[in-house]
Amino acid sequence: MLRPRMIPCLLVHDGGLVKTVGFSQPKYVGDPLNAVRIFNEKEVDELMVLDIDASRLGKEPDYKMIGNLANECRMPLCYGGGVKSVDQVERIIGLGVEKVAISSGAIARPELISEAAARAGSQSIAVVIDVKVFGDPGTAEVVVMNGTQRTRLDPAAVAEQMQELGAGEIVLNSVDRDGTMSGYDMELIGSVRNATSLPLTVLGGAGSMSDIGQLIKQYGIIGAAAGSLFVFKGKFRAVLINYPSRADKDALIEGARKQ
Amino acid sequence: MIAIIDYGLGNVCAFANIYRRLGIPVTLARSAADLRDASHLVLPGVGAFDWAMKRLDDSGMRGVLDEMVLHQRRPVLGVCVGMQMMGKSSEEGKAAGLGWIAAKVRRFSEVHLQSMTHLPHMGWNDVEAVRTESLFAELGNDPRFYFLHSYYVDSEDDDQVLAWSDYGQRFACAIQRENILGVQFHPEKSHSWGVQLLKNFAGCEG
Repeated sequence: MLRPRMIPCLLVHDGGLVKTVGFSQPKYVGDPLNAVRIFNEKEVDELMVLDIDASRLGKEPDYKMIGNLANECRMPLCYGGGVKSVDQVERIIGLGVEKVAISSGAIARPELISEAAARAGSQSIAVVIDVKVFGDPGTAEVVVMNGTQRTRLDPAAVAEQMQELGAGEIVLNSVDRDGTMSGYDMELIGSVRNATSLPLTVLGGAGSMSDIGQLIKQYGIIGAAAGSLFVFKGKFRAVLINYPSRADKDALIEGARKQ
Repeated sequence: MIAIIDYGLGNVCAFANIYRRLGIPVTLARSAADLRDASHLVLPGVGAFDWAMKRLDDSGMRGVLDEMVLHQRRPVLGVCVGMQMMGKSSEEGKAAGLGWIAAKVRRFSEVHLQSMTHLPHMGWNDVEAVRTESLFAELGNDPRFYFLHSYYVDSEDDDQVLAWSDYGQRFACAIQRENILGVQFHPEKSHSWGVQLLKNFAGCEG
């Protein structure tokens, strides 16, 4: 039985790990390699690492850091940040990363996704769709460059387009829910889920394991990603890397399937 | 000495790190000369089938590999696309495979999939070993491994299937024909199960 995936998402800023709220107020939470070592011990399903400086500052991906992370990771690693070309994708895969996440680069030049899939295979190309809700009543819109630029694009339409172009996974990230721990945006997830048959990983808002349980109950095979949930503990948000045990994960999945 | 075939694709370092941690001698092979002292070979692979075949052809190691695998019968473990390359051909591309095993690589049929998620087959799945003495020894009750693929090896002979998995259909996730072994999942990214499997491979005799 294929299982849903529970994925810690780590953000890199100035060489350290941070956690943001609404894509701003970065709070330092630790050293990337140290975090990977702890997540190895906890046997996480997958790990996602996003460099939130690279695209915004027009920088190359930090290949040295990526290589170090990939060497250390005993679980599949997805890297995102600053990826704009097929050569970059190939170089990152060559460092031992399983999946490359592309966000702003895919919106700016959608053909990048088909070129990258032809080279690396669809299974290694993930498209990150950052979404913000504007207006009242709200309309969900794709945003780029760490949520600073609007695109007028509909998230479901972009997901559909990216599947046609050859992407292998959609990572749907709610900017509004980022760091709030107030639950996933289920309405947004529903609209994108219906638009694509690709593996879907959702990020933004997970505040408890029951949020993840609810997601699995509704969608079965899905990637449940979270930042704050897996790096903070307690109401004062003390930094403490945590992740459910294998038994707890199995029980959560079992429970969600029975209901 | 285990040689990880480094032709520019796949996570060669992850394999090497695991073997180093286990205290098993390992080397990254980038040329035919690097392969000479290898008792065991690991052929990793990520990416599109034709691209992977081209990179292996360009590496200059192909002739030596054929000799070591088919004539000297040294144990070889293909991983993911590396396993697929051991077959005759793939629906993903036009290039011929290595032809080491009687199998063709096919795309999963999406009509059998019940979930809203179809392809790629991505994540942790159960693996049911047919024989538990060699590659799948000491893996406990419910071994699970990480998969990331849309194509699978369709073996022409069930006798060479070492383990099955299920994704809408039953498929061979591990094969063995004498010294030639392949796994569709990623042992190098499958925590303690993967480490045990790679350790088992190091003990396989040709």
